[in-house]
Amino acid sequence: MKIRVGHLYPEYLNIYADRGNIAVLARRAALRGHELAVESIGLGDELEPGGHDLLYIGGGQDREQALIAPDLTSKDEPIREAVARGVAVLAVCGGYQLLGRGYRGRDGSLMPGACLFPHETRAGETRMIGDVLLECELEPGAPHPLAGFENHAGRTLLDPGAEPLGQVVFGFGNDGESGFEGCRVGRAIGTYLHGPLLPRNPWLADWLLSQALAHASGGDPPELDPLPDELEAEAYRVAAGRARARGGRR
Amino acid sequence: MGVRIGLETIAARTVGRLSRVAGRGGGTTLPGKLLWKVDPGAVDALAARLPAGVALISATNGKTTTTAMAARILGADHRLAWNRAGANLLSGIASALLSADGAELGLFEVDEAALPEAIERTLPRALSLANLFRDQLDRYGELEVVAERWRTAVRTLPERTMLVVNADDPVVADLAVGRERVLLFGLDDARHARPTLQHAADSKYCLRCGAPYEYAAAYVGHLGDYRCPACGHARPPLDVAAREIELLGLAGSRFRLATSAGETEIELALPGLYNVYNAVAASSLGLAMGASVGAIRAGLEGFSAAFGRFERIPAGKRRIVMLLIKNPAGANEVLRTLETGVPPVLVLALNDAIADGRDVSWIWDVDFEPLLPHAGRVVVTGERAAELGLRLVYGGLPHDRLEVVPSLESALDRGLELTEAGTDLVVLPTYTAMLALRGILTERGLVRPYWDGDAP
Repeated sequence: MKIRVGHLYPEYLNIYADRGNIAVLARRAALRGHELAVESIGLGDELEPGGHDLLYIGGGQDREQALIAPDLTSKDEPIREAVARGVAVLAVCGGYQLLGRGYRGRDGSLMPGACLFPHETRAGETRMIGDVLLECELEPGAPHPLAGFENHAGRTLLDPGAEPLGQVVFGFGNDGESGFEGCRVGRAIGTYLHGPLLPRNPWLADWLLSQALAHASGGDPPELDPLPDELEAEAYRVAAGRARARGGRR
Repeated sequence: MGVRIGLETIAARTVGRLSRVAGRGGGTTLPGKLLWKVDPGAVDALAARLPAGVALISATNGKTTTTAMAARILGADHRLAWNRAGANLLSGIASALLSADGAELGLFEVDEAALPEAIERTLPRALSLANLFRDQLDRYGELEVVAERWRTAVRTLPERTMLVVNADDPVVADLAVGRERVLLFGLDDARHARPTLQHAADSKYCLRCGAPYEYAAAYVGHLGDYRCPACGHARPPLDVAAREIELLGLAGSRFRLATSAGETEIELALPGLYNVYNAVAASSLGLAMGASVGAIRAGLEGFSAAFGRFERIPAGKRRIVMLLIKNPAGANEVLRTLETGVPPVLVLALNDAIADGRDVSWIWDVDFEPLLPHAGRVVVTGERAAELGLRLVYGGLPHDRLEVVPSLESALDRGLELTEAGTDLVVLPTYTAMLALRGILTERGLVRPYWDGDAP
């Protein structure tokens, strides 16, 4: 089956090796007989709410993020509608911030976001940098760990009742205090974790593919055939060890 | 002050000697760290004593090589204080000042973040700024943070300082705007342009208006002949240029150096366009410090390599060619030099200590893909060997051509075993992996320890 991916602003938001996440999705789809068709969505491009099965948005430097922020905000309704229809989303770092209500600077001004995730990000004094280990449970009864690297000055505060992506085991997470990391709305997940995230966490790549396939077929998320993933497991083991040994302390 | 400096320098020098005697990694920064702790102002006093003044060099990529080239050029006429082993924080500069008795000219590479303080303390006669790329974001922060620090630092330069900048980097070239004493260098040979900007290109949006630049030629990353189609902001005219460039694979390169003081042909024993940039930067700094075109030519042609950046090391019937990789732009250029003749066996080493960058995501910004179809066997090693293996497998390398050998020594031996006699084993390590591999090769008597250095 063809999985249609809309990659938002790849020319601007690519700082933490976001193409690694796309490469992992493409290869793991191909190994199961599916085809990932990736389309760039740039400044001024129309976003058709049912036109993709998965939307991807990465992180950028402040200057590049400021260049795309107004355009992203103008796409807020089609993005929310896409998620309401069951489109999967992976938003990393800057993209995760920009899909919230907005970014509040130190002067109190708010740079508005696309209001998909129920959170607001505030500028912090220091950067939160280091390896991270999370415990996630996206499907009831199926917990998985997630290992990544974070580097952000913003403190993201989830609204009461909002669902995080996971609980921080080692590292800072959203704000360095709540113990929450990331956010989930339906099939949309946002996170500060890069590294990139998916190569060493193949279960999450497969979860996203399965959600995207569900949207593509109009049915339930399918079980995907397991892959050997030995190298993936070893990379995860080392990364998780780094988080244990030197992840940011709350 | 004089007496105190005398005592402090004697004490600090002794520490350096003890450190070397104890075999503790050359003691390149230990005496400087001590002096730096006891009296940071001593750096100012030591620098001020140099009769020919100080020249500083900074950049994301090429600092160590450019500084070593400049040492060849300027060392012919001056006794140098030079931080040759790349210890480029203020403590490293302090050590170089301490260990160079009777030096006339200070030549220092400076860490990007340490530049403001290095300027303040050494009041340089010339300052060369060559490029800003994304680099170890966990350590330096975003490119714009470093750029802003440089803007502030350049404002504090004495008026008499000659500012040497790379005109091909929009952010760096902009530092020269409004200054009188400036020298702009760049490349001028569109035959070597990349067809498109690389994936990891950084400063590709106009500084003035934010529109994407158009490139008449993009040479290395975002470095090139740029122009904004919206507002017209463009590369300024070049004072020093490399023209008629010929790249000769790993063997080196040839180009014509054009300056206001005359032109000359240069034969360089270093590979790649990025080393042509380093050579033009060193030449421009040489001109700024009063060197003749003849001295520049002699210096560059006598130059083989800077510590650990590019080394050819005979190992029995094989030869190890080691090239440092440390960030996307630098690694891309190293890989580009291999594209003309992909070696059958490659050893890639990824560590994640502070000096390598703890965040290893940068390997995904490196364009390994063009190399992979031609590489017969790739051995990945280092603390993050598995991560590097994943990068290559998801980039298209078949599993059966990949070997994951985390131990550096075992990986080196495996690489040599796979390499046919009479041919080269190409090894591409990150910084601490390079130090460790060099340590192994030193133990085997194949290379000299780095604090012995090469005569300039």
